[in-house]
Amino acid sequence: MAARLRAPGFYRAAWMMALGVAFATGLTWVVRMSTGHSTFRHFIDGEAILTVSLIAVPLLFLVGIGGFDYWFYWAAGKKTRAEDHSGHGAHTWKDYFRINTDHKVIGVQYTVTSFFFLFVGGLIAMLMRAELAAPGAQFVDANTYNGLFSVHASLLIFLFVIPVFAGLGNFVIPLMIGAPDMAFPRLNALSYWLLPVAGLMMLGSFFAPGGAFADGWTAYAPLSTNAPIGQTFFSLGVQFAGASSIMTALNFLVTIITMRAPGMSFFRMPLLVWANFATSLLVVIATPFIAASQFFVLLDRALGFNFFNAAKGGDVLMYQHVFWFYSHPAVYIMMLPGFGIISEVIAVKSRKPIFGYRMMAFSLLAIVGLGFTVWAHHMFTSGMASWIRIPMAITTAIIAVPTGIKIFSWLATLWRGVLHLDTPMLFALGFLTTFTLGGISGVMLAMIPFDIHVSATYFIVAHIHYVLFGGSLMTIFAGVYYWFPKMTGRMYDERLGKWHFWTTFVFFNLTFGPMHIIGLQGMPRRVEDYASKFADLNLFISIASFALGLSTLVFLYNVVTSWRGGPVAQSNPWRGMTLEWQVSSPPPVFNFDKVPTVVGGPYEYGVPGAVHGTFAPTPTPATVGAGSGLARAPSE
Amino acid sequence: MARQRQLIYAIVAAVVAIAVGVALSYVIHWFPVQASTQAHNTDRLYHVLVDASIPIFVLVVTVVLYCAWQFRMKPGEELKDGPPIHGNTRLEVVWTTIPAVILLALVSYSFVVLHDNEKKPAREIHVGVTGQQFAWSFQYPPSVTHGKPVESHQLYLPEGESVQFALHSKDVIHAFWIPAFRLQEDVVPGITVKYRATPDRLGTYPIVCNLLCGLGHSLMRATVHVVPQAQFQQWLKSHAGATVPGGAGAGSTAGTTSATAG
Repeated sequence: MAARLRAPGFYRAAWMMALGVAFATGLTWVVRMSTGHSTFRHFIDGEAILTVSLIAVPLLFLVGIGGFDYWFYWAAGKKTRAEDHSGHGAHTWKDYFRINTDHKVIGVQYTVTSFFFLFVGGLIAMLMRAELAAPGAQFVDANTYNGLFSVHASLLIFLFVIPVFAGLGNFVIPLMIGAPDMAFPRLNALSYWLLPVAGLMMLGSFFAPGGAFADGWTAYAPLSTNAPIGQTFFSLGVQFAGASSIMTALNFLVTIITMRAPGMSFFRMPLLVWANFATSLLVVIATPFIAASQFFVLLDRALGFNFFNAAKGGDVLMYQHVFWFYSHPAVYIMMLPGFGIISEVIAVKSRKPIFGYRMMAFSLLAIVGLGFTVWAHHMFTSGMASWIRIPMAITTAIIAVPTGIKIFSWLATLWRGVLHLDTPMLFALGFLTTFTLGGISGVMLAMIPFDIHVSATYFIVAHIHYVLFGGSLMTIFAGVYYWFPKMTGRMYDERLGKWHFWTTFVFFNLTFGPMHIIGLQGMPRRVEDYASKFADLNLFISIASFALGLSTLVFLYNVVTSWRGGPVAQSNPWRGMTLEWQVSSPPPVFNFDKVPTVVGGPYEYGVPGAVHGTFAPTPTPATVGAGSGLARAPSE
Repeated sequence: MARQRQLIYAIVAAVVAIAVGVALSYVIHWFPVQASTQAHNTDRLYHVLVDASIPIFVLVVTVVLYCAWQFRMKPGEELKDGPPIHGNTRLEVVWTTIPAVILLALVSYSFVVLHDNEKKPAREIHVGVTGQQFAWSFQYPPSVTHGKPVESHQLYLPEGESVQFALHSKDVIHAFWIPAFRLQEDVVPGITVKYRATPDRLGTYPIVCNLLCGLGHSLMRATVHVVPQAQFQQWLKSHAGATVPGGAGAGSTAGTTSATAG
C-alpha cells in the first residue's frame, strides 16, 4: 500500500489533492490573518479557499498521477534513468488510464475524452431545447438556464472541438510523416491530463454556491467580474484547457518541422499535416490572450483589481478586444484541422489527387494571417470607435476568398473521380453543403448594417452552429469513421454509419435552419423566455433537436459494438497512399519497423505506378529531389 | 454524349433552383415590420446579399449532387482510380478573383448603406437612454421638451424626425435593440454610445435588451411609441418635469423579481 501511495497513479493523486485543499486553507488563513481579519469567523473564508483550491488541487492531481515525475527527477540532478519504455503503449485497457507517452494511446485518450464531453454538452443542449419548447418557464429558472448555455458552449468549444482535433492529429500526424512518436512524448502525456481537469472543473461549477458560471462562454465583464464563485470555475478551467492546447500545438509544430521522414518536403506533406501546422501556429500565438482575459476577470472578481470597473478607471471594452483576439482565431483553430480531414477523405474516396494542392496549403496560411485581423467583427455593436468597423469588415469579407478556394478545389477533386460514397465520404459531402451555408451567413455578417440588426440574435446561433456543427463536427465524424480501422483495428458497421449520417444531416438542418428566421424576426439569444410569436418555430426546433440528439446514439452504438467485435481491419482498407495506411491496424508500438522514405506527393491516385512512401532502401538522390507530383518509386 | 445531356439536366436544375430560391426569398417574411428609414436600407441590403448567395450555394450543391450521381463508383470499379488531374492554374485564378470581386462589391455596398443609415441629418432630436438591471429609462433634455426635462419608462418618438440616442449604463453592459428599426448598440458602463434612427411608421414596437445582463435579461423589455409630431409634443407637455421613481438611478424592479421567482 505504501508503495502504491508513492508510485505515480490515482492513489498518489488522491492524497495529494487532499494536500491541495489543506494548502489552500492554510494559505488563505495566513493571508487573511495577516491582513487584519482577526476574529475566528474571518479566518476561514469558503470562497477564498475554493478559489485557491481550484488552482492547487488540479496541479497536485497532475503531480500525483505522475505528469511531472521525469522532469522533477531530472531537475533534482539525480542520476539519469535509462528509458525502458515502460510508460509507452497500451497492453490492457488499464494503460489508457495512466500517464502514457505513446502518441497513439494519447490520441485515443484525447478522442474518447472529447466525445464524452460532446455527449455531456449535447445532453445540456437537450435540456435547453426542452426549456425553450414553449414560451414561459418550463422547468429551469433563469440562473440555471444561463448556466446551461454557458457550460454547453464552454464544454463543446474547449473540451470537444479543439481537443478532439488534437486527439485525431495526435494519433495520425506522426504516422503520416513517418515518425516513431511526437517530439515531446512526456509533454504530450501531460497535455492530455489537463483536459479532464478542465472539463470536470467546468461541469463541477454546477455544484458551486450560486450555480454554474452563467454569463455565456464569452464571460463579458463587468457581468462576469461580479458573478458568483461559479465564474472562477470557468476562469480557471480555461487556463487548463488553454495550457493543454498550447502544449499540443508546440508539440505538433516541432514534430512536423523536425521529424518528417526522409524525402518528405513540406510540399509532400498530406494536407491534414499542413492543416495542423497552420492550426498550431494559431494556437500558440492566440491562446495566451484568452488566458490573460480570464486572469483579468479572476483578479477583478477575487481581489478587486478593477481592470473592468469603469467607475475605478477600468476599461470595459478592453475585455472584449483581448477576448476576441483569441476567440476569433479560435474559430479557425476549430475549423482548419477539419479542412485537413476533408482533404484526406475526399482525395482517397474520389480516387484522385487533390486539385490545386499548393493553393490548398497556401490558403491555410492565408487564413492564419487574415484570421488575426478580423476579431472586432464580433464587436460591430459594442460601442467601440466606429472607424474600426470598416477595416474589420473588409478583412472579414476577404477571408472568405481562401475558404472559397478550398471549397472549389474539393469540388474539382470530386469531378470525374470514382466516388466511394461510404460513411466518411457522406460526411465530407454533407460538410461541403452545410459549411458553405455557414460561410455564406458569415459573409452576410461582415456587412455592418445587417450585422447591427442580427448581432446576438438566433441568427448568430444558427450561423455558429452551421460553422461548428455543420462544419467542424461533420469533419470530425468523417475523420473518426475514416481512421476508425486504423485506431481500433476493427471495421465499423457501414449500414449504421450511413443511418447516422442521414439522420444527423437531416435533423441538423431542421434544428438550425429555422434559427436563422427567428433571429431575423427579432428573437434574442441567451433568453429562457421569449415572445409568443416565436413559439411555433421554437417547438419545431426543439422536436428536431431531440431527433438530432437521438441520432448520435446510432453513432455511439456503432462505435462501441464495432470496437468490441467488429470485423478485423486490414492495414489499408481504403487503399490510401499516405503513410499511416502502410502500417498494420492498429500500428506497432513504435509505428514503423523500418523508416519509410517519401518519394512523391501524398495523393497520386490514378498516376500509374506512383507511390508516396516506400520502405525500400533509400532511393537515389535524383528521385528524392524531384519535387512533388510525379516522382516515381524506384522499386515495387 | 450521354454525359453531356446529363450535364445539361444539371445546369437546368440549378437555374431552376436559383430562380425558385430568389423568388422564395422575396415571398418569405423575414423581418418584423419596417418602422425606420434605416430598416428599409438594411432590408434591401439583406435581399441583395441573399440574391448573391443563392447562386453560390446552388452551385456548390449542384456540383456535389452531380458528382454523387454521375461519378459514384459502379460495380466492377472497386480498384479503379480517377484521372490524375493535379490542378488548373487558370481555373484557380478564376475562382480566386471572381469571389474576391463579388465580396469587395458587396462590402462596398454595405458601406454605402452604413453611411446612409448613420449620416447626420439637418435636424435631429436627442434622447438619453439609460439601461440598468433590468429596466430602461429615457431622458428628454430641455432642447427637446422646450421646458423642463422629462424622464420616462416609455419611449415616445415623433414620426419622421431623426433621433440620436445617447446610451448610458448604470451597471453592466446591455444592448439597446429595436428590431423594427433594425438598429442596436451596446450600452456600456463608463462610456456614452450614440446612434441615430429615423422612425417613419406610426405604431408601437418592442425594445429588447440584447446582451446578457443577468437574471432578468429576458424580461428587460420596453416599448417605443412612434406618434405624430403634435401628439409627441402633447405627451412631452403632459410629462413636463416627470422623473422615474428614484431618478435614472433606480427604475422598475419588475424584471428582477419575476426572473428570480421563475
